[in-house]
Amino acid sequence: MSLSKNEYGNLAKKYSPPSPVLKDCLFAFLIGGSICTFAEGLNLWFSSSMTEEESRTLAMITVIAITAILTGAGVFDSIAKHAGAGTMVPITGFANSIVSPAMEFRAEGTITGTAAQMFSIAGPVIVFGCSSAALYGLIIYLLKLY
Amino acid sequence: MATRIGKTLITDKKPLFLSSAAVAGKKEGEGPLGKEFDKIFEDTTLGQDCWEKAESFLMKNAVMTALEKAGKGMEEIDGIFAGDLLNQCTGSAFALREFSMPFTGLYGACSTMALSLICASLAIESGGMSTCIATTSSHFCSAEKQFRFPLEYGGQRAPTAQWTVTASGAAVLSDRTDNNLPYIDKLHIGTIVDLGITDAANMGAAMAPAACKTLSEFFRDTKTSPDDYDAIFTGDLGLVGSGLLKELMMREHGTELGGNYFDCGLMIYDREKQDVHSGGSGCGCSAGVLCSHILKSMKEGKYSNILFMATGALMSPVSSKEGESIPGIAHLVNIRRGERK
Repeated sequence: MSLSKNEYGNLAKKYSPPSPVLKDCLFAFLIGGSICTFAEGLNLWFSSSMTEEESRTLAMITVIAITAILTGAGVFDSIAKHAGAGTMVPITGFANSIVSPAMEFRAEGTITGTAAQMFSIAGPVIVFGCSSAALYGLIIYLLKLY
Repeated sequence: MATRIGKTLITDKKPLFLSSAAVAGKKEGEGPLGKEFDKIFEDTTLGQDCWEKAESFLMKNAVMTALEKAGKGMEEIDGIFAGDLLNQCTGSAFALREFSMPFTGLYGACSTMALSLICASLAIESGGMSTCIATTSSHFCSAEKQFRFPLEYGGQRAPTAQWTVTASGAAVLSDRTDNNLPYIDKLHIGTIVDLGITDAANMGAAMAPAACKTLSEFFRDTKTSPDDYDAIFTGDLGLVGSGLLKELMMREHGTELGGNYFDCGLMIYDREKQDVHSGGSGCGCSAGVLCSHILKSMKEGKYSNILFMATGALMSPVSSKEGESIPGIAHLVNIRRGERK
């Protein structure tokens, strides 16, 4: 083959259709925005009968529960196919990334399958979430010292 | 014994297709070749409790149907050459564990159907076996689980991604000398080619250079050109890969692949209506199309001289994570029908 890897890479790019970025962004904005508006609506509704902290937590739990049910019913991936980052970025994405491997690996046993694989996708989010929280906490602590 | 010209082997015994069978899933049944499959399973689980068992069940069905059509019993089979995409080839091993046949498990990724035909033909050529089976399978759900994400995971597929075909194909090869059945005339074992593609969602681009190498070397060895064949089928290059193959063949060898060139990955689904992006893929894609549409068309006299070249991406989920590029492979079989030459 007379083509170098670089030349072939460019040729392959020419033949590979790009993702429809504008459409993806628009759907992500609309569906992601709707999810966040819905959660805020829940928050406002709950806050009439409890503290703000409790209502926020309950709104989050409700969205997680709805996502888990939709994932279990096999509907969530069909929505996410169009929504992209719109369902992945809110807590819906996190919930789906835990429920879906838990379902998929059920056949491999409760402990070695479901439990072991449950965080196979969400694991990095937890690792980096906790690490960055600790790092920012440390920075704030140090800033307050002086 | 087979004669070697360059890298191409010309068979002496001309192993023939005594029968072939293809079984497929619901989505494939709804595709353009739906009516040509021997059996369609409407339920993706095939009544099994996990995807891996479902895939094994597919292959078991394909082999049993092929045996039935050939009028052969298990004890009459000298060897079965089988492969799939699952780790350690368990799809095949579990499908065939109850079959009392000498078993050879093969792995050539999506190129395995051509590889199994080549191995079965060589076993017949050696004179050691007279009736063999070549079979492969793939299942969308077991492949997704192993290579990508859980089925219910909400992600977006790249436009270059392909859809793993849920299907299995099986062919019974024999050293008989009937004149009316398609037979294997030439074999070409592919060479690994890696032009640095690392995107696991663009297998077509990773496999196209290997397909170009195999096809051009076969034309060189046999002193033939695309026009000498009724049809040339690639396994699962999809829209991206088949476009690249045409471009590479023209650019590197001045050979034009025209109206007689088809890709099984583009034939098995209606790409626009069935939302499969770049087309179908998997061992079951080329096997399913060969063992239904292609061999049926040959028996009906539509084709008498074809090339079947299945392509494979020899990567694993681990190699992708480690940043390795994807080595491609393409094995080719020349199938003819009519008077033996």
